[in-house]
Amino acid sequence: MNKDKIKQIVLDIIAEIAPDEVLTDVKPEIRLRDQLDLDSMDFLDIVMELRKQHGIDVPEGEYRELESLDSCANYLLPKFETGATA
Amino acid sequence: MQLDRIVISGIGLTSPLGNDLGTFRQNLLEGNSGVSRFPVRNMGDLPAGVCDFEQTKHQKRKEIRIGTRAGSIAIYCAHEALHDSGLELDNIDRSRVGVYLGITEHGNVETETEVCQLFDHYDEEVKYWSHHHNPRTVANNPAGEITINLGLTGPHYTVGAACAAGNAGIIQGVQMLRLGECDYALAGGVSESIRAYGIFAGFKSQGALADHEDPTKASRPFDTGRNGIVVSEGGCIYVLERLQDAQARGAKIYAEILGYRINSDGTDYVLPNPERQEECIRQALDNAGITPDQVDLVSSHATSTPQGDEQECKAIRNVFGDSGNTLVNNTKSFIGHSMGAAGAIELAGNIPSFEDGQVHATLNLDNLDPACALPGLVSGHAVAKEGGVNVILNNSFGMLGINSVLILKKFEG
Repeated sequence: MNKDKIKQIVLDIIAEIAPDEVLTDVKPEIRLRDQLDLDSMDFLDIVMELRKQHGIDVPEGEYRELESLDSCANYLLPKFETGATA
Repeated sequence: MQLDRIVISGIGLTSPLGNDLGTFRQNLLEGNSGVSRFPVRNMGDLPAGVCDFEQTKHQKRKEIRIGTRAGSIAIYCAHEALHDSGLELDNIDRSRVGVYLGITEHGNVETETEVCQLFDHYDEEVKYWSHHHNPRTVANNPAGEITINLGLTGPHYTVGAACAAGNAGIIQGVQMLRLGECDYALAGGVSESIRAYGIFAGFKSQGALADHEDPTKASRPFDTGRNGIVVSEGGCIYVLERLQDAQARGAKIYAEILGYRINSDGTDYVLPNPERQEECIRQALDNAGITPDQVDLVSSHATSTPQGDEQECKAIRNVFGDSGNTLVNNTKSFIGHSMGAAGAIELAGNIPSFEDGQVHATLNLDNLDPACALPGLVSGHAVAKEGGVNVILNNSFGMLGINSVLILKKFEG
């Protein structure tokens, strides 16, 4: 697992939950909400899909770690690595 | 007190026989069935009425994902009705539009889906339960989804009235217009019931689910071979407004609401009560200020159950037996029972009779049950009504003993 793969995983989830969005030019350093039509319920969907598809739990107090693709990659990498070795 | 006259100025529908009134009507006149086999969880392929409208015509894909099937049906019908009415939302006060939808039930589909996913894939761990569950299952969901989609800010809610709900939604719209609570009412009924196996299983356990090797012949009201209900989905929403408003804007007027009545059996959870049904019909006639012989067409509720059809026929026979002018037909024989939408859809399929003078038949009536024999019962093929059709009476009854009757009159200025 690496950060680029994690960014793609998150983009794949967003493609499912926001199927009307164009995701070809998402800037990894910019907040997702500032470049896509995503609301708080959509972020709950991202959390739910990480849980369902990858067995990763994101505690409510850490939701802000998912605000951009870069922050997602930084935050989720150790969780994916822990999951891979578990 | 002089009540405002209320008229229908727009119709939007989706049914197993078409997604617009013209197509639906043509199929009814031609005698085509809209029932097919549909995969039902845990129960196999069962006869059902399935709609095939273009969901993305009026919704983003994200809206479809978050919302409900009932919401999609409602949004489709609302858009089509508004378009048909000629109303432009940008030119009217959106806070003066009310949304009143009849539902038989709501939330079964969404709850059943969540529970099944939890059991099938997630070892019953509730942390996988969707945060969308509550907004999907609140009872106002389909009406509320319309307001979100269209940006309407007037009142919205659903009317829970079992299978009398289609009429009940329209009646609610009429009442709110007369009370001045809104200037335009989007009123009717919707149903997504085919997506919940519990609905089918409940009818089956009750001995009231239709079974036939040919699905197109499964819904057969008044026939000796009838054995139960064909569950269907669908929706029909009307634009209702005060007559003077419709005339002021030069609207096309389909019909005037002449009268209505809702009453209760007060007797049983599921068994109908023909005395109360008869009473409901008579009180609706009184409300409309007409006599039975002035009714040209009775759109019957009959669902193809052995007992229910017979009971309704008693009520109709008692009221209209001596009319000499009244024809009776049945739309469920074509599309099955669209539950909360039934009253509204079935009425819509008959409204063109005001213009073309035709009365569609009752399908699959091959061997008339003598207990269901009625003067004027139309079967086999559509007929031209002598003298035309000027008044339609629409029956719609439901569980817990709720009866609704709505009477429309051809608009003649």
